[in-house]
Amino acid sequence: MNAREEILARIAAAVPRPVQVEIPRDYRAAGGEGRGSADVLALLEDRLVDYRATVHRVGPDDVHSRITAVLTGAGIGTVVLPAGFPAPWSPTAVRVVADEPALTPGALAGLDGVLTTCRIAVAETGTIVLDGGQGQGRRALSLVPDFHLVVVRAEQVVASVPDAVAELDPVRAMTWISGPSATSDIELQRVEGVHGPRRLHVLLVFP
Amino acid sequence: MTAFLGMPARAPRGVGQLRGDLPFPAAAREALGNAQLRSNLGRATATIRAKRAAVVDEVPDWAGLRAAGAAIKDAVLADLGSHLIRLEEQVVAHGGRVHWARDANEANRIVTDLVRATGERDVVKVKSMTTQEIGLNEALAEAGISAWETDLAELIVQLADDRPSHILVPAIHRNRTEIRDIFRREMGRVGVPAPPHLSEDPHELAEAARLHLRARFLTARVAISGANFAVAETGTLAVVESEGNGRMCLTLPETLITVMGIEKVVPTWRDLEVYLQLLPRSSTGERMNPYTSMWTGVHPGDGPLEFHLVLLDNGRSATLADPHGRAALRCIRCSACLNVCPVYERVGGHAYGSVYPGPIGAVLSPQLTGAKDNPSLPFASSLCGACYDVCPVAIDIPTMLVHLRSEVVAASGPKPERAAMAGVSWVMRRPRLYTVALRLSRVARLFGRRGAIRRLPPPLSAWTRTRDLPLPPAETFRDWWVRTHGSP
Repeated sequence: MNAREEILARIAAAVPRPVQVEIPRDYRAAGGEGRGSADVLALLEDRLVDYRATVHRVGPDDVHSRITAVLTGAGIGTVVLPAGFPAPWSPTAVRVVADEPALTPGALAGLDGVLTTCRIAVAETGTIVLDGGQGQGRRALSLVPDFHLVVVRAEQVVASVPDAVAELDPVRAMTWISGPSATSDIELQRVEGVHGPRRLHVLLVFP
Repeated sequence: MTAFLGMPARAPRGVGQLRGDLPFPAAAREALGNAQLRSNLGRATATIRAKRAAVVDEVPDWAGLRAAGAAIKDAVLADLGSHLIRLEEQVVAHGGRVHWARDANEANRIVTDLVRATGERDVVKVKSMTTQEIGLNEALAEAGISAWETDLAELIVQLADDRPSHILVPAIHRNRTEIRDIFRREMGRVGVPAPPHLSEDPHELAEAARLHLRARFLTARVAISGANFAVAETGTLAVVESEGNGRMCLTLPETLITVMGIEKVVPTWRDLEVYLQLLPRSSTGERMNPYTSMWTGVHPGDGPLEFHLVLLDNGRSATLADPHGRAALRCIRCSACLNVCPVYERVGGHAYGSVYPGPIGAVLSPQLTGAKDNPSLPFASSLCGACYDVCPVAIDIPTMLVHLRSEVVAASGPKPERAAMAGVSWVMRRPRLYTVALRLSRVARLFGRRGAIRRLPPPLSAWTRTRDLPLPPAETFRDWWVRTHGSP
């Protein structure tokens, strides 16, 4: 009997008659209101600021100029731009690097920052989800460079975690980001900035 | 024909970290003598308790989430085999490979062989309680493979050649000054040294860890992780973390090996909407942890080229077999129960002898090993119930402790205490004899002073070593009743 068969046999012996357990879903489910509303955006901003991320509010016509301003203001000389990032938003006055062919980890570490879009954002928890879609890149891109500027459009912001889960495709590689890298390992006090990007800037685009 | 039909298969002895060298009372006495430890723990647990309470209170449907969190795990445990088979199918369908390990030795062998096949001598690791449980680092070291811990607290523990003392923050027993000293002394020995003039400021300590591990991340070709959740329906694995070391390990190397207890599976993708709300708030007291990584098999062009999932039993199926104890397998390793436990707060994690300390450890460790190997842990509690209150999956730890206590006593064979209790019980069933016995007890009054007996002769001296024995009253209750009310 191999390990798989034996473990399954042990389980079958432990619970001889599998039963159906009812799962009460007595909590706020997906479909909550407020997607992209002023309240939800204000909540997202509050949560992000609480995590020590920097939030920039901007109108749709000023995205390009503000991206350039944020990057130069942060002292970013070179930035990696994932495939599919909207061309009109591509920054000027900053050297832009593409991930084609794929950059090595060492090359990524030599860059100052990364600029991405996102898949969805959760206001209540201050979470921004990247799933490798257009403008988001593979997971290493938003990880190795020390500075991450992410563009979030108002209509991408939902209220709750169930709202986001209902929309996401689980078989895509995903990263849920809630603020800059942090640790609570020293005396259980939160300190921002360990291995992931130590500076997280969020550009919130209003309609 | 098969082993499983006989005794339940417990976690084997001689490997991993589920058993202590000392019984809990002896280890606890030692720990209580360490004033530094008690002050470090007291400060850290007070901080995290306040943070947790604040972020849990702001969730209006916490009770509903908690009930769902418990029920989903119960549903998994009620039909665990089917969920594991489904998970395996999905992981394989998405390009991963699945291995099954009956116990710690088998898991260690599987992982060692997988690393050997890559030809690498170094692996980076994401913090994982399961690999601590099975002693994977030691097994790899025996095979000439160096496993580098990358979580800040695990790094501190590894550099100091120490043992973890908390599920979430394995170095909770160390304060910032101790951590600075460990970094200064040990980092240079194994890699990039600590910056000169490193202070005890936590920001500087975190920066030192970043510098120390940076080159290792960028060159690592094999990573080993645990998993917080695995979704049966889709084959999706999830790792919840803070620092980004998890993302580094899960993303940059070519080969990823994930070791996961069989109880970590959840049925559907939707179920994560419950746990991703329950876990961070219960654990670090944050609304959400900084990073959660999710992957399904292998993603071409993004992350590892090879993914192995090792499913570990190591006493879990034996725990499942006990209807009164199996709810311990609901545990999502948040550590909220440790942070509120008056016993844990005073003695720390090492006294429990297992990688799983505190209230959940006191119910989980004896079940994984069999109560015979951890007989003192079910007694390492005042049964105050604070652990049950904060548990995000509503594990009734106090009731389970009482159940395990009865198992330990039943298995312990004849003892003077049990003989004495059996005698008392025999006498109490005979009212006339009982009345006589009570009257006779008044003889003890001759030996007491100021209402108490200070010292009894051996073996009864065990009782009076730490407390006084109140004197029996001059008149028994039964006599008083007869005197004031007539017949009994």
